[in-house]
Amino acid sequence: MIEPMDFLLWVRGTAFDVSLSIFVIGIVLRLFEILSLGRAANLAEPRGTEFGPGMKTILTRNIPEAGTFKRQPLTVIAGYVFHIGLLISLFFFVPHIQLFAATFGFGWPGLPTPIVDAATVLGIVGLLAVLWNRLTNPVMKLLSDKEDYLVWLLTFLPLLTGYLAYHRMVDPYPLILGLHILSIELFLILFPFTKLMHTFTLFLARWYNGAMHGRRGVQS
Amino acid sequence: MTDNSLTLGESLERQGVTRRGFLKFCTATASMLALPAGMVPTIAAALEKARRPSVIWLSFQECTGCTESLTRSHAPTVENLIFDYISLDYHHTLQAASGAAAEAAREKAMHENEGKFLLVVDGSIPLGHPGYSTIAGISNLQMLEETAAGAAAVIAVGTCAAFGGLPKAAPNPTGAVSVSDLITDKPIINVSGCPPIPSVITGVLAHYLTFGTLPELDQYGRPLAFFGTSIHDRCYRRPFYDKGLFAETFDDEGARKGWCLYKLGCKGPMAYNACATMKWNQGTSWPVESGHGCLGCSEPSFWDAGGFYKALSIPTGDISRTAGYAGAAGLAIGAAAVGLNRAAKSRAKKQHGTVTVDDLEKTS
Amino acid sequence: MSTATLERGLNALREQIDAPVAAFFSSCVNCGMCAEACLFYTETGDPKYTPIRKLEPMRLIWEQEYTIAGKIKKLIGLSEPVTDEMLEQWQELIYASCTLCGRCSLVCPVGNDIAFMVRKVREGMVASGNSPPDVQSAAIRAVKIGSPMGIRLKALQAQIKHIEADTGLKIPVDVEGADYMALLSSMEVINFPEYVESLAKIFKEAGVSWTLCSEAFEATNTGIQIGSTDIARELVQRVVDGAEKLKVKYVISPECGHAYTAIRWDGPNLIGRPFPFKVVHILELLDELRASGRISTKDPSGEPVTFHDPCSIVRKGGVVESPRHLLDMVSTNFKEMPDHGKWNWCCGGGGGVSANTDAEELRTRVFRRKKSQLEESGATTLVTACANCRLVIEEGLEEYNMEFPVTGLTEMLAEHLVTKEEA
Repeated sequence: MIEPMDFLLWVRGTAFDVSLSIFVIGIVLRLFEILSLGRAANLAEPRGTEFGPGMKTILTRNIPEAGTFKRQPLTVIAGYVFHIGLLISLFFFVPHIQLFAATFGFGWPGLPTPIVDAATVLGIVGLLAVLWNRLTNPVMKLLSDKEDYLVWLLTFLPLLTGYLAYHRMVDPYPLILGLHILSIELFLILFPFTKLMHTFTLFLARWYNGAMHGRRGVQS
Repeated sequence: MTDNSLTLGESLERQGVTRRGFLKFCTATASMLALPAGMVPTIAAALEKARRPSVIWLSFQECTGCTESLTRSHAPTVENLIFDYISLDYHHTLQAASGAAAEAAREKAMHENEGKFLLVVDGSIPLGHPGYSTIAGISNLQMLEETAAGAAAVIAVGTCAAFGGLPKAAPNPTGAVSVSDLITDKPIINVSGCPPIPSVITGVLAHYLTFGTLPELDQYGRPLAFFGTSIHDRCYRRPFYDKGLFAETFDDEGARKGWCLYKLGCKGPMAYNACATMKWNQGTSWPVESGHGCLGCSEPSFWDAGGFYKALSIPTGDISRTAGYAGAAGLAIGAAAVGLNRAAKSRAKKQHGTVTVDDLEKTS
Repeated sequence: MSTATLERGLNALREQIDAPVAAFFSSCVNCGMCAEACLFYTETGDPKYTPIRKLEPMRLIWEQEYTIAGKIKKLIGLSEPVTDEMLEQWQELIYASCTLCGRCSLVCPVGNDIAFMVRKVREGMVASGNSPPDVQSAAIRAVKIGSPMGIRLKALQAQIKHIEADTGLKIPVDVEGADYMALLSSMEVINFPEYVESLAKIFKEAGVSWTLCSEAFEATNTGIQIGSTDIARELVQRVVDGAEKLKVKYVISPECGHAYTAIRWDGPNLIGRPFPFKVVHILELLDELRASGRISTKDPSGEPVTFHDPCSIVRKGGVVESPRHLLDMVSTNFKEMPDHGKWNWCCGGGGGVSANTDAEELRTRVFRRKKSQLEESGATTLVTACANCRLVIEEGLEEYNMEFPVTGLTEMLAEHLVTKEEA
């Protein structure tokens, strides 16, 4: 029998090292893969600049265009809710900040646990709404492939196990804490090789979009 | 030595313990075991009639801390009361006898109380080599197996006996194992802790004396009454955790104000024990109250659970270094990928066939 | 003998994939928001028209050939190869149901420029022989005759003669050393000769030195529409040769959307060197003349008028404010459509769709979007600045039995122009 404590030690030890390594190697590899494809020099006389509009688009794409929002509010709202919930619980729960501080050498203030707890619930509800949307919205249903559902699960499990661990709804605690960490490790391992990569590449994508439009004098 | 034929009630009377004092002890026992107040008379009646059971205490690879924990308590305490009224027939640290006489006492107790005596063990058992730890030339393993054979139940006192403890810490040079790794045909109760809280040991004994059975146990064989909730959930500093107020160092403002010690490595969230409610040294204090995080000493493998001063959420390895190596490996693999992609794209460019309007139709 | 094969098509896709494409595909989470920006989805409700889905063939090539994970996926059979059948099936999505209007590119939350990628996929479609026959014919006419509509120089000369006789204006042709060389779209020669007349009138009043070029009057570029860099290059080269021969300082892109894209933004990249002349859109030039006081207008109309922003000129071309300034010169009652400027909806016929008979029914269906926009605008006249938009909208209005006069902005300006005699 695998002891929950031994399991916890394994996920905090070897498994974390392995998954972190795959994550870091994968991210670097993927960014290299993307950038290696290059971008031809544009010889047309520019009307505007590239850098500024590119940076601006990185920001402006956080807010949906009003008409599109009205047509598809669920996608936007559920998307927002789960991202906010996820980001708050990921970056403002003190135990998580401790992990970041241990990795990067600096931390930041956390939020009180009731707020993090509420954010987690928000994240879980948002993700369930996103799943429901994906299963019922005809466009998303057609677009979605196995990877989309896998990515959903990879995002959902850490929130769920984190919630269960915090509320001690599974005994013993080392088991659920271990499962929580394991779910993060699965997330880390698959992150670079799935569309979870959008976390990083959307900055590139938005910048390219803004730059290409900006060059022609349009703020995209 | 006291007379084994007396009941506990008679014995207490002879010691001059009043009825009031005895009932107080029974009430304390009931509350300790999380039993309803209505059970107090039952406990009192049972205890009064109970015969003082024979107890054999074996110490293997241990530091005597568990025994210290029990004996350092001030009189009069429930612990003392109980300990005066069991028949501790063998305990090589406490007993007066030594050498052959000591072993004879063990043999005698074993034979006279065959199937009835309680076996208390502290310390882990080395399997690496029988010579690593012996008593009177008998290896720990042999002595445990011999003695346990006739025991009514085994109480593994302390984390070493319960889970292997510090001797089992990586790389476990002696091949230390716990009692439950070896004894599988007897009821075993684990009273873990490094050391365990004295009242917990006596509480378990009281339960056994009262009901003749072992208390309800958790999945690690620990009495649920004491190990049912985590340190974290019962910690008086918990509100600071929830508010996000933490001591960052042992001598900062937060530490002085008594804020949460999570960041200083407190393992309270994963530790199940009664320290936060029962406290130590007659309820004087306990580790967290004295300003130090919980080590999680009642938990299996606590000795290898990363640094004592590393927050529970921080992986045990050196993650910055791992990330650094992985980044370097990523650069190497990434550079290879760049080469592959560049080659593939320039190949595609070389293979480009100019499209003219005569090339638009599909070749069938 | 055609050389189009699947392998050539796939190779073209490989060539087209660059860092932005890879960043875009890496970022897409299949959220489906682009569908809500595409009139082919909003007007039909058919999810197959979701913009990002139109890129599936190129996404597969990118994943299978430019990512290590994709190579492994392909090796163990988790990723389907791109087949000729797939490309055939995708023809409708790449040509009939995408006008390259670029509205999806503005909506995508992760910033994917989808229209930019559809244009790239067309390279693969052309090279594999999967472009629509109608667009192929237009390209053949453009290259072999000189115009996608088959108009020869003679037809233009006849129109010029006609205009000169009618108005007494001079249409300069092949004037070496003129400042501006004007381009025309075939539609302007055949359907809207008023444009040529308006140019002559305005330039005369403003004192602009200009000319047409008998060897390079055609502004449209079917190479851009069908999606072939090679053909587009050949067509752009004609304009460059003409402009260099006449030693003009500027080339004027006419009221035609894709022509502007072709000559202004793609041209130098197609021929591989910067132009020795500048390219201006006619609206930009007119706005400049207005700003410098070289033209003025009279009797602005009080009738409610609205403006259809041609995608290639506004959203994708950056000529956003000029048409508004010019409209204020000719109208006192200009009303914007509900979605306007860079958020305007396409007429439904851009990107070669209007040349594709396979797309006719669909194009009529999705015109409902423009129809309701027009109705909501409260205007009674529509002004635009693209001959193709104008033609498509006129056809759409006819289909839906709507009385809604459509006119070109340059033409409208010419009507209200203050002439020297008047001044």
